[in-house]
Amino acid sequence: MRAAMNTKRNLVTAALVAPAAAWLFVFLVLPFVAMLVFAFGERAPEGGYQAAFTFAQFANLPTRATAFWNTLLLAPAGALLCLVVAYPTAYHLAVKANPRYRLILVSLVVVPFWTSLLVRTYAWMYILGSRGIPNLLAMVGIEDVRLLNTPGAVLLGIVYGYLPLMIMPIYVSLEKLDRRLLEASADLGAKPVSTFFGVTLPLSLPGVMTGVALVTILLLGEYLIPQLLGGGKVFFIGNALVDLFLQSRNWPFGSAIAVTLVAVVVVVLMVAMRIAWRVAGTRQVDLV
Amino acid sequence: MTSASTNDIEFRSVAKRYGSVTAVSDINLAVPKGAFVALLGPSGCGKTTCLRMIGGFEQPSEGMVYIGGQPMNGVPAYRRPVNMVFQQYALFPHLDVEQNVAYGLKQMRPRIAAAEIARRAQEALDMVRLGGFSKRRIHEMSGGQQQRVALARAIVNKPKVLLLDEPLAALDKKLRTAMQIELQSLQRELGITFVLVTHDQEEALSMSDLVSVMNTGRIVQVGPPQEIYDRPASLFVADFVGKTNRIAATIEPGANSVRLANGVGLAKPARANGTAGAAMVALRPESISLVRDSTATLQGTVTHRIFLGSSVEYSVEVDGLGDFLVTADRRSIDESDLAEPGERIGLRFDSNAMHVFPA
Repeated sequence: MRAAMNTKRNLVTAALVAPAAAWLFVFLVLPFVAMLVFAFGERAPEGGYQAAFTFAQFANLPTRATAFWNTLLLAPAGALLCLVVAYPTAYHLAVKANPRYRLILVSLVVVPFWTSLLVRTYAWMYILGSRGIPNLLAMVGIEDVRLLNTPGAVLLGIVYGYLPLMIMPIYVSLEKLDRRLLEASADLGAKPVSTFFGVTLPLSLPGVMTGVALVTILLLGEYLIPQLLGGGKVFFIGNALVDLFLQSRNWPFGSAIAVTLVAVVVVVLMVAMRIAWRVAGTRQVDLV
Repeated sequence: MTSASTNDIEFRSVAKRYGSVTAVSDINLAVPKGAFVALLGPSGCGKTTCLRMIGGFEQPSEGMVYIGGQPMNGVPAYRRPVNMVFQQYALFPHLDVEQNVAYGLKQMRPRIAAAEIARRAQEALDMVRLGGFSKRRIHEMSGGQQQRVALARAIVNKPKVLLLDEPLAALDKKLRTAMQIELQSLQRELGITFVLVTHDQEEALSMSDLVSVMNTGRIVQVGPPQEIYDRPASLFVADFVGKTNRIAATIEPGANSVRLANGVGLAKPARANGTAGAAMVALRPESISLVRDSTATLQGTVTHRIFLGSSVEYSVEVDGLGDFLVTADRRSIDESDLAEPGERIGLRFDSNAMHVFPA
């Protein structure tokens, strides 16, 4: 009887999980296995993949060091910059804003998602391009200002594009913060600044870690923003991959780079979780 | 008015408004140094607002609040010499027990040495008998233990006044009784003023030496527990503090007597000062005796009997007056001592036990 019920429950569970599992298997696990195989192969003379077992592709990684360097530097830097802008915004929304308008203000944060990131990044291309801000500056006598195709432009695009993804988790963790804890802190003699660093910030760290991890991981695979706002000059791994797969059709080398990137992401994620657990003191930290 | 210096807390004509809503008004209260005062009243009566004005979480719209003789209007919570035990405790979930207790000490300026902080935190934890729990996390502690942590955290700074916001409401009855005794002895040990907010009249009467009964944003009576119970200032107090029977009555013009609604006339109690006209009489259930005597003042029929062990509660349908509650102590173990439901019975009481209020 009990066994029959368990079987039934297992069947229901299986039925519920099956679509997602099938999806992940076909579109995540299989491609990843293919990439692993490709990474140890050779480029066929006409392009694509030719079976082999060699570490030559990994030995070649240093030739794309700039792309790795840009990605590993600008992705965390962009995430931290996002954090610096997002925390005060989230704090204001969750703590200071009039509760009556809170929902409207929070939805304003999400409004940019109604338009495609591509369109919004194109807009920045024009704003930063020679007919945009540099043109206005030239009118007042400041000549030859270069904004587009610089690391600064890429960072700006990153902060602009990913800010909502940083604001939301921080907002959520601040919003559920028990106000009486802040009163208790004040009651025990803590000035507002001490209360912030002693209570508010530590209790919102799970949200901060979630936001930083989320934005960093997405940025590690970023292609669009460096392509449009960095020109050929600020090159991310994503851009290198597009080149290798679509232009020079060197699939094995592209696969080796992609596999290395995934390995780096996994390590970054694990380190970030360790830090989050240590700081928050619990294991109840959701990173993604 | 007593001088401010002998009072740890003083409210002078305090009112608090939120927009057009008046939370409390006309609050005048003086709490002597070292007293244990209870703010007692139904929910929404403004007792918590008063407590929060002492703590500094609310500022009065009118009037002045003094702590230790110093005016406190405009002084933020973190600069007041008071500490609070919050309802649901408000312990810091990211800190362990010792860090929670040490939190207040770490805020002190000039800074206290780490060793001294640890020593004082341990002392406070020992005081609430949690000596061995310093490294526990808050969520690993039971409700009663969390209550003690909150208490230790609040007394570690040696405040002039300790504020307690319904501190025992979340505990079960047995634990609550134990904590009541513990709070009382803690207060004697520390010698500081305690202000307790509660809606539980038993808690207020048993723990405090001064009760301030509040209703609809005002203080309706202040006095020692016994005085509140024995000489309620209004029908509300008589009703809210303890159980009471309400009887419609008339004070006879000129004559020194009270006529109950069923026509029975009784001598007016000496301290009743009501003028002639409609009145309400409050009578405690324990001041009535049931007697098998058909000449007793009131006659009725027993409708229910609730056996409570040391005493018995009866519902009696009194002729012409309706339901009465009567509490009888058991004087013997003789079963015939108990009146039976359905039995005709006489009710006798001292007319001086009546509290007469204008209707």
